[in-house]
Amino acid sequence: MAYTEEELKKELETKEYEYGFYTDIESDTFPKGLNEDIVRAISKKKNEPQWMTDWRLEAFRIWEKMEEPEWANVHYEKPDFQAISYYSAPKAADPNKSLEDVDPDLLEMYRKLGISVDEQKKLQNVAVDIVVDSVSVATTFKKTLAEKGIIFMPISEAIQEHPELVKKYMGTIVPKTDNFYAALNSAVFTDGSFCYIPKGVRCPMELSTYFRINEGGTGQFERTLVIADESSYVSYLEGCTAPSRDENQLHAAVVELIALDDAEIKYSTVQNWYPGNAEGKGGVYNFVTKRGLCEKNAKISWTQVETGSAVTWKYPSCILKGNNSVGEFYSIAVTNNYQQADTGTKMIHLGKNTRSTIISKGISAGKSQNSYRGLVQIGARAANARNFSQCDSLLMGNECGAHTFPYIEVKNKSAQIEHEATTSKIGEDQIFYCNQRGIETEKAIALIVNGFSKEVLNKLPMEFAVEAQKLLEISLEGSVG
Amino acid sequence: MLKINDLHASVEDKEILKGINLSVNAGEVHAIMGPNGSGKSTLASVIAGKEEFEVTKGNVVLNGEDLEDDSPEDRAHKGVFLSFQYPVEIPGVSVTNFMKTAINESRKAKGLEDMPAKEMLKMIREKAEMLEIDRKFLSRSLNEGFSGGEKKRNEIFQMAMLEPKLAILDETDSGLDIDALRIVANGVNKLKSKDNAVIVITHYQRLLEYIVPDFVHVLHNGKIVKSGGKELALELEAKGYDWIKNEAVV
Repeated sequence: MAYTEEELKKELETKEYEYGFYTDIESDTFPKGLNEDIVRAISKKKNEPQWMTDWRLEAFRIWEKMEEPEWANVHYEKPDFQAISYYSAPKAADPNKSLEDVDPDLLEMYRKLGISVDEQKKLQNVAVDIVVDSVSVATTFKKTLAEKGIIFMPISEAIQEHPELVKKYMGTIVPKTDNFYAALNSAVFTDGSFCYIPKGVRCPMELSTYFRINEGGTGQFERTLVIADESSYVSYLEGCTAPSRDENQLHAAVVELIALDDAEIKYSTVQNWYPGNAEGKGGVYNFVTKRGLCEKNAKISWTQVETGSAVTWKYPSCILKGNNSVGEFYSIAVTNNYQQADTGTKMIHLGKNTRSTIISKGISAGKSQNSYRGLVQIGARAANARNFSQCDSLLMGNECGAHTFPYIEVKNKSAQIEHEATTSKIGEDQIFYCNQRGIETEKAIALIVNGFSKEVLNKLPMEFAVEAQKLLEISLEGSVG
Repeated sequence: MLKINDLHASVEDKEILKGINLSVNAGEVHAIMGPNGSGKSTLASVIAGKEEFEVTKGNVVLNGEDLEDDSPEDRAHKGVFLSFQYPVEIPGVSVTNFMKTAINESRKAKGLEDMPAKEMLKMIREKAEMLEIDRKFLSRSLNEGFSGGEKKRNEIFQMAMLEPKLAILDETDSGLDIDALRIVANGVNKLKSKDNAVIVITHYQRLLEYIVPDFVHVLHNGKIVKSGGKELALELEAKGYDWIKNEAVV
C-alpha cells in the first residue's frame, strides 16, 4: 500500500476514532457473569479435552482468591467481573470453512479495518489470523506455511490438533498464578493465535493477528503462544481495534513467547483499542501480560505502539535465561484526553553475557497520564550482563503528566547498567519555527512527534511503520492550540 | 514590496514597538541596527506573525496585502522568511525531511502537487553546494548538536530552498567566525535579486561589509530614529549608539 500525502490529509480530517464502527453480526453470546459453570461451558463450547477444562478450573479457583492489583499509576472504576459476558462469537463464523464462506458482513468489517484477507495481503506477504470478540474467524496462508512445517492457527484449534505442544508450553512463561488478570485469562480465554516455527526454519512471511472486540458488554481474553524452535526466526504482528462504546470494555490478554536455543522472535504490536471519548467516557481497559523466555543465544524483541485504550497496564518482558541471550523492548505510548497508561518492561537477566535494551518513548497530551515502569534485574549468576535503558517523555500542553518508575536490582558485580531519561515539551518556539517555514501546526506536531518516535518506528516492519505513523498523528489531533 | 505603517506592538501589555514606519522595495537590502532591547527582534517576529505579540496599532502590508489576519504559515506561503537568531532543535527530524515538508506544504497552499523527489534532490544538491554544506549535514537532526555557525548556515540553506520574496535575517552574524560569515554572506548575496528584498538585523557593522545595504535604519526604544545610506553603519561603528540615543532625546 503506497501511502500518499492525500491519504494523510484525508486521515487528518477524521477527528473521531476511526475504527469506531459497530458491525451488526448475529452473535452467540453467553449470559453475563462468571462462575465454574461458565468456565466449564466455555470449555465445552470449544470441545476441549478434559485436561484443558481442568486447567481452566484450576485457574479460576486461583483467580477467585486473588485481589485486583492497585500498584499501577492509574485510576479507574474497577470492572464488575460479574457484569461481563465471557463468550461471544459471530454466529456465521466457522473456522473449518474457507474464506469464501465467511459472512459478507464480516468481510466488510475487515475492509473497514483496512485488513484485506485476500490478494493484497498475499502481495504483502503477511499471513493473518483474525479474532473477533472471542473466536478466530479467519486464518490465511495456512497451506504455504504448512509446507515449511510452520503451524499458525487459532489456539482453540491448536488445543485440538497439537495438544502436546500446547500442553508442554502453555502457562510455563506466564503461570496461572502470575497475576490477577493472567489468572482470569487462563480461566476464560476463548481464542487467540498459536504459532510454532520448527527447528532451523526462517518464517518466510510476517505472521499477523488482528483482534477486535465487536459485541457490547463482552470482554476479550485472548491467549497467544509463539514457540520458535532452535535456530528459527519469526516476525509476528498484532493489531487491535474496538468500536466506540460508552461503557468500558475489558481486554485481558496473555502472550507467551518461547525462543529456544539460537532462535529469534520479533513481536510487534500496534494497539489501538478505543480510548474513550474526549470527556473520558468509555474506552477499553487493557490489562495485558506479555512475557517471553530466551534460551541460549536466543533473542526476543518487543516493539509496541500504544495509542489506544482508556487504561493500559502492560509490561512485555523478557526472561533471559540462556547464556548470551538478548532482550529488546521498543515502545511508543501515546496518551491523549483522559487516557492513562502504565507500561514498560521487565528484563530478567539470569544467564551469562545476557544483554537487554529498553527504548521507551512516552507522548502525553490533553489531561492524560503516561507512566513508564521498568524493571532491570540481574541475577547472581548473570555474569557480564548489560542493560541500556532510555526513557524519553514528550509533553504537549500543561495538563498532562509523564512519570518514570525505573527499578534496578543487581546481584552480580560484573553487571553494566545504563539508564538515560529525558523529558521535553513541544514548545511554542518549535511550533512557531515550523509555522514560519510554512508548516501548519497540526503538521508540525506530527513532524515533531514522528522525529521523537523515530528510533522505535524504525524497528517496526515497513508495513506497520506507516500505519503506526498515521495512528500517532490521528491520536494527537487537536491536542495543541 | 513591504510597507510598515505606524506599527505598534506589545507583549503582555508592555509596548515594544512604538510606531515603526518602513518601506522596502524589491531589489533592496535594508539594515536595521540598534542597541540591545531596542525592538529589533520583536519587529522581525511581528512581521513573521508570532502570536505572542499583539499589534495594537498600524499594520504590515506585503505586496499591497495587509497581513493582519494571516497566520505565520500564511505569511510564509506569501514569501516571508525569517532567519532566526536562535534556531530551535527538532530531534529526529532531518534537515532534508524538514525542508521537504516545508516546501510541499507551501506548494499545497498554492494548489500545487508535491515537488517530485528528483527535482527536490537536485535543488538540495545545488543549494548545499552553494553554501558549502556537506551532504552528511543534511541527514542530521535539525539543529540538534549543531554549532552556532552550522545553525546559521542551515538557516540560510533553508532560505535558499524556500526562495522567499522577503527575507529577514535576525542577527545572522552572531556566533559566526569570519569564514562562516563570509560563506553565509556570499549565500545571501547570490540569492539577492531584483525581485526580492532582504532586511538584515544586526548589532555590528561587520556583516554589512559583506552584505552591502542600500539603506540603514537605527532602531531605538521601539522607533526608527535615524535612517541613511550604508555610511551610517560606519558612523555607528565609530561612535557607538550613545549619540543616537542623545539625539533621540533632543
